[in-house]
Parts: sequence; C-alpha cells; structure tokens
Amino acid sequence: MTTTMIEGVPPDPMLERRELIQQVAHRTLKRRMFVSKAVVASLGAALVAALIPLFAILFSLVQKGIHWWSIDFFTKTPQFPSLIDPNAVGGIENALVGSLVIDGIAALFAVPIGVITGLFLAESDSRLANALRSTAEIMTGLPSILLGIFAYQMIVIGFHEWGIALPGIGFSGIAGSFAIGILMIPVIIKASETALRSVPFTIREAGLALGARKGVVARKVIIPTAMPGLITAVLLALSRAVGETAPILWVIGASTVTTWDPTHEMASMPLQIFQSATSPYTSLREETWGIALTLVVVVLFINLGSRLLAGWLQRERR
Amino acid sequence: MTPVVSATATKEPDVRSGPVAMRLENVAVSFNGRTAIRGATFEVPKNKVTALIGPSGSGKTTLLRAINRLHDLTKGAVVSGSLLLGDTDVYSGGIPPTLLRTRVGMVFQRPNPFPTMSIYDNVVSGLRFNGIRKKSVLDEAAESSLIAAALWDSVVDRQKAHASTLSGGEQQRLCIARALAVEPEVLLMDEPTSSLDPISTRLIEELLDELKSRVTIIIVTHNMQQAARVSDLCAFFLMGEDRAGEQIEVAPTQKLFSEPDDQRTLDYIQGRFG
Repeated sequence: MTTTMIEGVPPDPMLERRELIQQVAHRTLKRRMFVSKAVVASLGAALVAALIPLFAILFSLVQKGIHWWSIDFFTKTPQFPSLIDPNAVGGIENALVGSLVIDGIAALFAVPIGVITGLFLAESDSRLANALRSTAEIMTGLPSILLGIFAYQMIVIGFHEWGIALPGIGFSGIAGSFAIGILMIPVIIKASETALRSVPFTIREAGLALGARKGVVARKVIIPTAMPGLITAVLLALSRAVGETAPILWVIGASTVTTWDPTHEMASMPLQIFQSATSPYTSLREETWGIALTLVVVVLFINLGSRLLAGWLQRERR
Repeated sequence: MTPVVSATATKEPDVRSGPVAMRLENVAVSFNGRTAIRGATFEVPKNKVTALIGPSGSGKTTLLRAINRLHDLTKGAVVSGSLLLGDTDVYSGGIPPTLLRTRVGMVFQRPNPFPTMSIYDNVVSGLRFNGIRKKSVLDEAAESSLIAAALWDSVVDRQKAHASTLSGGEQQRLCIARALAVEPEVLLMDEPTSSLDPISTRLIEELLDELKSRVTIIIVTHNMQQAARVSDLCAFFLMGEDRAGEQIEVAPTQKLFSEPDDQRTLDYIQGRFG
C-alpha cells in the first residue's frame, strides 16, 4: 500500500493515516490472532476444570448408587442390619413420601407469598418495597441451619411452652415444611420479581390505556406474560428446597415408617442420607449412594421439567 | 424543499366551527419541576382528525399522554391547566382515570398486543377488563371493531390464533381494533405508523378517514406529509428557549400547510429545521 505522491502537492494527512493504520494492522495481525486463540484455549481449559468435579460426582453416584435401585428400594421402609441379615437395609419409601409431603406443603404457602411479594416489588417503587427487597436479599444469604433452629424454637417447642396445643406441634412434617418454606420464600421473591419486571412496560400501558385497574393488568396481563419465568422461579426454589438438610435436621423427627400425615414425625431424603452415611453399619453407609442418586435425579427432573415447561409455554405463544 | 401542501381536496371552511370533543386550556406537563410542554390551548373538533406535529422534544407525545392521564403512572409528573372531555374535567376528580381511559382510547408507537392472548381475546380484552362477560356482546364488539380496523377479512378464520402470528402492520391494526372495541369517544394515536412499512402505513392512514365517523382522533406524527394527508386540524409545537415544548400555532390543516400565521411554522413545514 503506497500513496502516489505528486510533486509539489502536500501529502494528504487522511491518506497517510490510512496507510499507517493498514501497516500496523498487518504487522500486528499474527500477534493478535495468537492472543485471541490463547484466550479461547484458556477459557476452554477453565470450562473443563469446572466440569471435571461435576462429572466425577455424577459418575461415582451412578456407579455406586444405581445397583441399589429396585422396586423394594422405593417401596419399603428402612430396616436395620442384624446378625441374621447383616445386609438388610430396606428401602426409602418413608423418605420419598416425607420429602414429597414436606416440600409440597412448603411450596403451598411459600409460592403464593413469594410470587405476590415479587409482584409487589416489581410494581411498586415505594420505601416499603425497597425495605422488603433488602430483607429478601438478606434472607437468601441466611445460613439454612438458622431456619432449623427457628422452626425448632417455634413449632417443636415454642407452642408447648406457650401452652398451645395444635396438631403438628412437636417433631413433625409441618415443622419441616415451615423451615423449608421460609427458605424458599426469598428465592421465589427475587426470581419472580425479575420475571415480572421483564414484562415490557408497553404491555402494561396497553392494559391501563384500556381502562383496566392496576390489579386487573397484573392478573390478566403481567402474570400470564411472565408465567414461564414464574414457573422457573418456583421450580428452582423447589429444587433447592428438596436438597436442604440443615433446616429439617432436628425438627421432623426422622421417622422410619411411611406416613402421609404431616402432623406426625416424618422422614426426608436429605435427612435419610445424613443418617445412613453416619450409621455404624457398612451396608447402610453403602446404601447412602443409592439415596443420593435418587435425590440428584429428583432435582435434575425438577430442573429439566421447569425448562421444558417454560420452553413449551414460550412456544405456545408463537 | 418545496412546501408540503395538503393534497386533500377542499374541506369545509373551518373545522373549528363544528361540535367540540375536547377543550384544552393552557395545559402544561412537567416532570420533577422541569416543564416538557406548556401553553397547549385548542379545541378538538368532534369526529375529525387532529394532528399534533413538531420536531423531537416539542412535547407532542407528552401532551397526548396527558389526555388519558397516562402520566399518573410517572412519579414527579404534574399536569396543570384545564382539560375537558365534553363537560367532564379530566383532572379535577371529575372522573376516575380508569373510566376516563375507557372513553379515551390509545394506540401506541409500536404494536403492543398482549402476547399471551389470542387475536379475539386481545380485541375484547378492554371489555373483559371492565367487567363485561356476556359472550354475545364480546362477539359483536370483536367483529365490529375488527371490521372497522380493516382486519376482519384476514383474521376471521383464525381468531383463536396468537396475536404474535400477525405481521407488524396487522398487529397495529389489531391494537386499533382493541382500542375501538371499548367504543371510546376519543382515540389517541402516538405515531402509530412509525414502526411500520409504507404499505401498512398507507392502510392505516386510509383507515383514519373511515374511523372518523365513529371516533374523534388525535394523532401525533413526526411525518408532515402524514399530518397533511390525514388530519383536519393541525397543532404545531416547538421546543422553546428553556427546552420546554410550546404550542406555536393551531389551524385547519390546509391553512397551516399553505399559509401559516407564524413564521416558525412556515420554516418548519418548508423543512428549514426539525
């Protein structure tokens, strides 16, 4: 690239600059391409480094856990190994039912509270909303074991001390639902606020311009539009709740029989893992892998399900 | 550039001699103490098209949104002056904003159909929001307003389809149908064709002429040719020294585009700025 110079005419600064830019661009091209490739390679390495532990966990879970899966495993209650049958471990039906009931009841009260608060935060910029938002943020960071202590104080011993007798007071599924639900609320609040805020303002305006009250716009327009995001919010909170151990550790009573009645002592999967893993019997310790695999598969299904459901809702609109 | 002269043939001597739908008297809007538009004073002729024109920042859209009280949603927005819809004072508590908005409909810059609703549900949404449940009423309103919005023929067989299956121009006509279904007295249109292609734009412009018999139209437009083509009365706004929009001149469209009273209007329509 050369500029043709004509005698007596001063060089055009624009052409000189163009030439300089071209020269430097050519000279540095190799170096820049090398840097670019090096960065991409290190990103790939970081990705692999992050995935190795994840796959290692999944691999050992499947390897050591899958052979525990059987009809009995899912339909029987735990047995303790004895001299006659040192390998008897029974099943985890009690824990499956317990998790379902405890987390189901937790979701039953956490979802409406969480979504309605999220809606309030998305629609209002009042001081109360800001205070609530900060509170929710602090609550997401709260160590979950504190909720266990709280539920223990309130439900397990609190009402007894206050002389109030209600079904479910004492060690019970309800006490666990209480702890898990409180854990879910801030997660649902934050995620549903984000989902509801993502509804374009022009859509709200369209509703209001038709004479609808704010509440009607929220119910008929904003919530349906944000539904895929809301479902994801709820299911992600649920998948977190299913795996939480600390809040229920000493409030649900760790029953070894299967019961659907939440006012009784119950079992749950994470608690069963804790108990089996710390048991003195080798066979029970080994069985932990089977329960852990079950828990991971449940969480995986909730996550996958939320994605499929949200994606399906999104597609329905096209 | 040559002056943009209205191509429309002779109109009645002065559109301002007929019945009046709305009266604006010294209307001003400010946000957190900063005035966005002031001094809007004119009468909106009934069953005519009134265009609000002017360059960016002249406060046209701000004024339009004051008419159906959409500024109520904005913190720090203050509307002053007097705005009458018939005999009803729009602002002094004479009418709740939600009821006002059923009498003064609006079409926005970009088509904004409700994404979760079908074509039919979109059209009747305004009725449902306001408590009308009777199927026969909803059906009649849907048909009548889809016909009025020149959309009936293309959607009659797929009213259950989602609104997002329509093209941009069809979506905007759906939004017009949705606004009409509530049978408003006044229809506000905020640059309704600015995001549309020329053919969709022409369709909507032609539509305005037919809609006049049904509803009084106030339209904001950047496009002077459009104002000249579709409007009967024209209000011209400019940004003043303090960056606040002001009303410069209001006149029948043909007069405003051929022999405006104000030199600034002439400069604008001749393309000297803006």
